[in-house]
Amino acid sequence: MEHTISVNLKIWRQRGPKEKGQFVSYHLDNVSTDSSFLEMLDMLNQQLVENNEEPVVFDNDCREGICGMCSLYINGHPHGPVQGITTCQLHMRKFNDGDTITIEPWRSAAFPVIRDLIVDRNAFDKIQQAGGYVSFNCGGAPDANATPISKEVADVAMDSATCIGCGACVAACKNGSAMLFVSAKVSQFALLPQGQVERARRARAMVRRMDELGFGNCTNTGACAAECPKNVPLSNIARLNREFIKAKFAD
Amino acid sequence: MTDLNKLEGMIDSTPIMKDFADIESSKLPEYQIDSKIPEGPIAEKWTNYKAHQKLVNPANKRNLDIIVVGTGLAGASAASTLAELGFNVWNFCIQDSPRRAHSIAAQGGINAAKDYQNDGDSIYRLFYDTVKGGDFRSREANVYRLAEVSNNIIDQCVAQGVPFAREYGGLLANRSFGGAQVSRTFYAKGQTGQQLLLGAYASLNRQIEKGTVRSFNRREMLDIVIIDGRCRGIIVRNLVTGELERYAAHAVVLATGGYGRTFFLSTNAMGCNGSAAIQAFKKGAYLANLAFTQIHPTCIPVHGEDQSKLTLMSESLRNDGRIWVPKKKEDAEAIRAGKKKPTDIPDEDRDFYLERRYPAFGNLCPRDIASRAAKERCDAGYGVGTGNAVYLDFKYAIDRLGADVVRDRYGNLFDMYQMISDDNPYETPMMIFPASHYTMGGIWVDYELQTSIKGLFAIGECNFSDHGANRLGASALMQGLADGYFVLPYTMQNYLSDQIKVPHFTTDTPEFDAAEKGVRDRIERLMSIKGTKSPDQIHKRLGHVMWDLVGMGRTLQSLVKALNNLEDIRKEFYTDLRIVGDANDLNTELEKALRLEDFIVMARMMAIDALNRNESCGAHFREEYQTADGEAARDDEHYMYVSCWKWTGDNEKPVLIKEPLKYEAIKVQTRNYKS
Repeated sequence: MEHTISVNLKIWRQRGPKEKGQFVSYHLDNVSTDSSFLEMLDMLNQQLVENNEEPVVFDNDCREGICGMCSLYINGHPHGPVQGITTCQLHMRKFNDGDTITIEPWRSAAFPVIRDLIVDRNAFDKIQQAGGYVSFNCGGAPDANATPISKEVADVAMDSATCIGCGACVAACKNGSAMLFVSAKVSQFALLPQGQVERARRARAMVRRMDELGFGNCTNTGACAAECPKNVPLSNIARLNREFIKAKFAD
Repeated sequence: MTDLNKLEGMIDSTPIMKDFADIESSKLPEYQIDSKIPEGPIAEKWTNYKAHQKLVNPANKRNLDIIVVGTGLAGASAASTLAELGFNVWNFCIQDSPRRAHSIAAQGGINAAKDYQNDGDSIYRLFYDTVKGGDFRSREANVYRLAEVSNNIIDQCVAQGVPFAREYGGLLANRSFGGAQVSRTFYAKGQTGQQLLLGAYASLNRQIEKGTVRSFNRREMLDIVIIDGRCRGIIVRNLVTGELERYAAHAVVLATGGYGRTFFLSTNAMGCNGSAAIQAFKKGAYLANLAFTQIHPTCIPVHGEDQSKLTLMSESLRNDGRIWVPKKKEDAEAIRAGKKKPTDIPDEDRDFYLERRYPAFGNLCPRDIASRAAKERCDAGYGVGTGNAVYLDFKYAIDRLGADVVRDRYGNLFDMYQMISDDNPYETPMMIFPASHYTMGGIWVDYELQTSIKGLFAIGECNFSDHGANRLGASALMQGLADGYFVLPYTMQNYLSDQIKVPHFTTDTPEFDAAEKGVRDRIERLMSIKGTKSPDQIHKRLGHVMWDLVGMGRTLQSLVKALNNLEDIRKEFYTDLRIVGDANDLNTELEKALRLEDFIVMARMMAIDALNRNESCGAHFREEYQTADGEAARDDEHYMYVSCWKWTGDNEKPVLIKEPLKYEAIKVQTRNYKS
């Protein structure tokens, strides 16, 4: 029942942030088409370890598409050629016997390479730290049903909140812009009553931090939303622009 | 199975049974267990405790440092709340961001006793269901407190802007989970854990921005540091540079998750590990109830040897999906051979075995029962797929509700299933099989969530406290957030109140020197083995042994065999391990090897704990102890206790200490989900 294929891999290898990287080619046989893409890389690493070579390092954790830790530019697409999934959800049945697969790290000035396919996405945390929250201390919350929120609003807020912070939007953008990531969080809180008090301050603070951290400008190409593994919609960016302008007028 | 007589001979020469049987905590004063349960009736204990505990005043709080290891629901909520109170918090995680912790993957929901559905729920009922679901092996006072604060958690999360599912009228929606007859589960699509964790992460970020929490990513704790009998710091390895770093504090909190990956294949993330628990164990913290490991009934079945992890299909699917296997063996065989499809089997030839065996709870019976029932059918030859799978069928729900309603409720889970299995669950039943998912056992803690080491606390899945022998669905998120938001920030102050005169610690003490040297020697020892097997290869072997012999069904023979096999694996590890690369550098193979070394210790302790417990209860099913109709046969007379284990040395036998369990508010009875 099990089908297996052979693949040729062209993988970016780079010792450290300052060192020069290069593509290295590998060949791998007997890859089950039921395996996930990362299981295929596990197989490669097992082969490398058997030859006393250092394994290819790549970020990954939950392997079910929700933690946002896995990345990889596969054949020119963040998270690979299949829409709406992360790399860890990509399966080898999407590839053919004898395919050559090119694997690169996220490429963006704001995400420096740490080694091989691992990049530093700390800038995303810093943006959230600037204002991605409702400021109140634990303990003083009113009853959860005290403020009704319409199902439609809650559902749209949920679609924005579904962002996993993987960075595919930045990697896909020719400008390296983080607008989709920032707008998803700003939108979630702009839509919900809980976020109203700090609405203007949040938009200002998160955009300012984003600019400070070296992300590029948005030129509305839409590549971010097209490549987003969670299908976070582009309308978030339009909402962020409105929020930001309103906040500026409020100054 | 190996020759029984030979095994019994081995058991005699394995002093495990004899040595532990006669150790009673009451007889050995140095092993006294004080669980610090407050006085008073169950409903007043927590109130009384809070009214009388010692507090730390605001001016003193800022002089106290607290280390929190882990950034999941428990760790992030504790770190942010302690910082909000005014303490200095140092927070660590192994991933590249606190938001990655594996709480993020929890799908189905979080329980609370809000009774918004007016269906008869109450704090008492949530408490009762949790104790019963745990098969009367959890501590009553802890569980009652958990149920009490459950409502505060929902208020807290809504105020954070967590987008829970809502009804058209704008109020919060609920659904049902296993082991309950009410709808008390709050959810955010199939991504409840993600939304709750991002809520806690947001609160944490607010404190990081203020400078009250210092956040350290890509750091792995490799030891705790004890000074004058109190936990005062940790040694961590910087996973990017390979350097060892020291951090000191007045108290340390472990929020490091469960040890489910001892089985190698599990629904846990690749980085999940039991290492913090083992480090604490080796420094004197007790590990408790390790045999209680949850095997979740609805996971996508194993596809092959290269598999790295298993994916859970949320328990919420059992609200509308019906579980079945063919009634006739020949149908099962034909399906396995690819000659028949599940849709070819008419309703009358389908065995809805959960509905048949447990009419009152049906497909929503607790996880341990649903898992064992699936294994029973597959072992009897009725399994589908590879033989180790059963069907979870939505045809009936689609007929009743329409495909759109089903898509609205479970769409993302169906997509996830199709992505992995290449089957469309709207058209053909899902195939599912049990997999390691959660560990009820863990670090022993008292009512204050303090371990048996002063100043060392354990919260969330890594402690043993609230779920007894089996955890109910949607209760892990509840417990993690209860511990972090509403329990630890109070109880910790009782400990810290007499620490206010203790100045900030420095890390240039002999104790830190010794701890760091210990870690360095350990790494050096592993690096110098230079064998032929990668950590993953040995871990897979460990996983097979644990799944086959210490898994869903255990026997005296299987456990003794497991202990012998584990000894072989241990030897293989220390003689044939290969770690490529350098220790003072980013080295994922070394990370895996260090975790595996601890998993091997954990595995041995799990087998010993299972061997000690000569009864079946909850997720711990000893096949010798079952009723005539195949249900777990508990032995309350001899085993109504928490089994706490104290480490005595690498090759030594651990010491058993028993914490007796007393049930005052609930009448102990046989768990019944049939009527």
